[in-house]
Amino acid sequence: MAAILGWRLLAGFALITAAVAQPASSPAINPPAAAAPPDDGQWAMPAKNYASTRYSELAEITEDNVKNLQVAFTFSTGVNKGQEAAPLVVGNTMYIVTPFPNILYALDLTKPGAPMKWKFEPNPEPAAQGVACCDVVNRGAAFFDGRIYFNTLDGHTIAIDAATGKPVWNTHIGNINIGETITMAPLVVKGKVLVGNSGGEMGVRGWIKALDAGDGHVVWTAYNTGPDAEVLIGPDFKPHYDMDKGKDLGVTSWPPEAWKIGGGNVWGWISYDPDLNLIFHGTGNPGPWNPDLRPGDNKWTAGIFARDPDTGAAKWFYQWTPHDLHDYDGINEQVLLDMTWQGKPRKVLVRPERNGYVYLLDRTTGEVLSAVPFGPVNSSKGVDLKTGRLIVNPDKKTGTGKVVRDICPTASGLKDWQPSAFSPKTGLLYIPHNNMCMDEEGVEVNYIAGTPYVGMNVRMIPGPGGNRGAFTAWDVAAAKPAWSLKENFPVWSGAVATAGNVVFYGTMEGWFKAVSARTGELLWQFKTSSGIIGQPITYRGPDGHQYVAILSGVGGWAGAIVSGDLDPRDATAALGFVNVMKDLKDVTTPGGTLYVFRLP
Amino acid sequence: MKRGPLLLVFAILAVAGCQREERDTRPQSALGSGDQPAAVTALEPGGQRPASSDTKAGVFEANAFHLSEGKRLFNWFNCSGCHANGGGGMGPALMDQKWLYGSSIESIHATIRDGRPNGMPSFRDKIPDDQIWELAAFVRALSGNAPKSAAPSRDDDMMPHPSENRLPDAATLGKSP
Repeated sequence: MAAILGWRLLAGFALITAAVAQPASSPAINPPAAAAPPDDGQWAMPAKNYASTRYSELAEITEDNVKNLQVAFTFSTGVNKGQEAAPLVVGNTMYIVTPFPNILYALDLTKPGAPMKWKFEPNPEPAAQGVACCDVVNRGAAFFDGRIYFNTLDGHTIAIDAATGKPVWNTHIGNINIGETITMAPLVVKGKVLVGNSGGEMGVRGWIKALDAGDGHVVWTAYNTGPDAEVLIGPDFKPHYDMDKGKDLGVTSWPPEAWKIGGGNVWGWISYDPDLNLIFHGTGNPGPWNPDLRPGDNKWTAGIFARDPDTGAAKWFYQWTPHDLHDYDGINEQVLLDMTWQGKPRKVLVRPERNGYVYLLDRTTGEVLSAVPFGPVNSSKGVDLKTGRLIVNPDKKTGTGKVVRDICPTASGLKDWQPSAFSPKTGLLYIPHNNMCMDEEGVEVNYIAGTPYVGMNVRMIPGPGGNRGAFTAWDVAAAKPAWSLKENFPVWSGAVATAGNVVFYGTMEGWFKAVSARTGELLWQFKTSSGIIGQPITYRGPDGHQYVAILSGVGGWAGAIVSGDLDPRDATAALGFVNVMKDLKDVTTPGGTLYVFRLP
Repeated sequence: MKRGPLLLVFAILAVAGCQREERDTRPQSALGSGDQPAAVTALEPGGQRPASSDTKAGVFEANAFHLSEGKRLFNWFNCSGCHANGGGGMGPALMDQKWLYGSSIESIHATIRDGRPNGMPSFRDKIPDDQIWELAAFVRALSGNAPKSAAPSRDDDMMPHPSENRLPDAATLGKSP
């Protein structure tokens, strides 16, 4: 007994020294405390916290015992479309929102099997399915002050009483007859619900709105194309680079009137820094895809804005991909971190971007500190850190009537919306991503409101090595990969990292995997009923134990071949994605099931 | 007299060739505003009534010019934006054997004209009626339901799949591969 106690003490001591010793060897990288408060065991927003770390301090599940994980309970969402949402856990209740028809379920975690507490059916307009570019997905809800906020495909933002499931307010902000849908998860900041529109493939002008969390009225609207007044660019706007300075660039960097149907949608992730009082959100691709139809830099598409959450006023902007040639939306997640960069403490944001680079930006100014590719990229040759400009490879420029082959990455990017996770324990960013290339041909296209406005024939193929996906751990301090795992299909699921040094993600075959946060070694896997494209979460249940949850159900753009029953004989189906996913129908079928795991 | 059979063969070929191209050179300019009923279900209590057919069906269905125009308009009106080149995307695949709202040219015409509730927009009063028939005829060609002699035989852009006159009849494929 004494011996065992002694070992435990020794082990505990070893852990403490390791924890203390670590910062000395590699300077600590941590999210700002105000944006990532101490873990309360809940999961109240898809990104876990305002810093978007998707990191849990729960450590009951460890590298050593994760192999014993068992199913605690399951739940059918009743919807067989792509399940991209993150479940939420607040108090003793789990909340999940389904793809169209966007049903919101509340599950009672205190009872065996987590029975349904209530459900809310918003009954969105079925016609909305016809203007959703890439499956009828929904990326999750958000909890704030006793209410659940979520969006519907047909353009409503809805507030629900979290206890009773009764609607509090419902605001209609998107118009399907011009091609607008809403697929993103809202973020609630300072009593405002932040929501943006989807529709970059339909010639929809992108915007982000702030709705009052109390009654749902629109407080401000910021467009991402058009005159400064409508973009909310005023005297406070101080972009770092010359290319983003000038009056009404949202008009002058387009052919006449083209900005009105120019995209720049907000369908991805928003982060918030309470200390700086800034929100950060990306902007989607310019429309149409065929770049010959829109000469100019196409501000403010395929970039990132820092805005004041109270007024929407823009503080700075940086354009990842000026005059985008390949549908490189700029909507990915931005992880807010404080770190030492080249000897100086910096407030940064880390961003694994669709165009193939991991960007490190100073989030106070928008200055690019580094931009390093995290996979095969030939559409550009780097980022000029003096001008901030992406160096485009002229050999891979697309245009009308021209077939350009082997462009890497694809229109879906080296990484699409699927969010990464950051562990302050390892200093690594865990990036689920793609590895694919494509052929493209620009064609003429007519703008017809409410129909696609793309003008590009696309045909995707596997990237170098043949593996269509990868899961890469990125050393943020060193700006290089620590390790990378190959996956047969694109890794279209999100990731979650834990203090137990376990990282979870899912594959499109349906495997839910736990790997070592330090080495990437596969520690445990479980085959779910359908392919996984959802966002894993972990929480502390009412019994005090750690649980891990994931929605299984293939779909999204990558899985549209299955969820939409598309025909693999057409290489251009689903904007060219089907060509590279021809065999997905052989390994998985549509589904929609929640899986929750715990230790025995 | 040996030439008799040969002449006959030439004559048959010539006549077939003409039918392939036969058309009204002054199309009606009416917008897509007809309202002939088109069955969307095979289930009719007491037994199916004979399907109603439209006189335009035969005119457009097997005509090379109309099929070729349908192929052009399929891109022009952004049909390809949702249905790609038949494999589907935002909208369902059109080259397989699965039909949600009926496979007859009348049904497809009605689908384009009136829309369908789960996302297919209505193009009534937006596309001239004869062009809707051309589109409907081309949609049938995508699943191999047009005469090989009349279906389009070339792709002018990056090849998505073999040209329509070489596409197999989806119904006899058994299942889509």
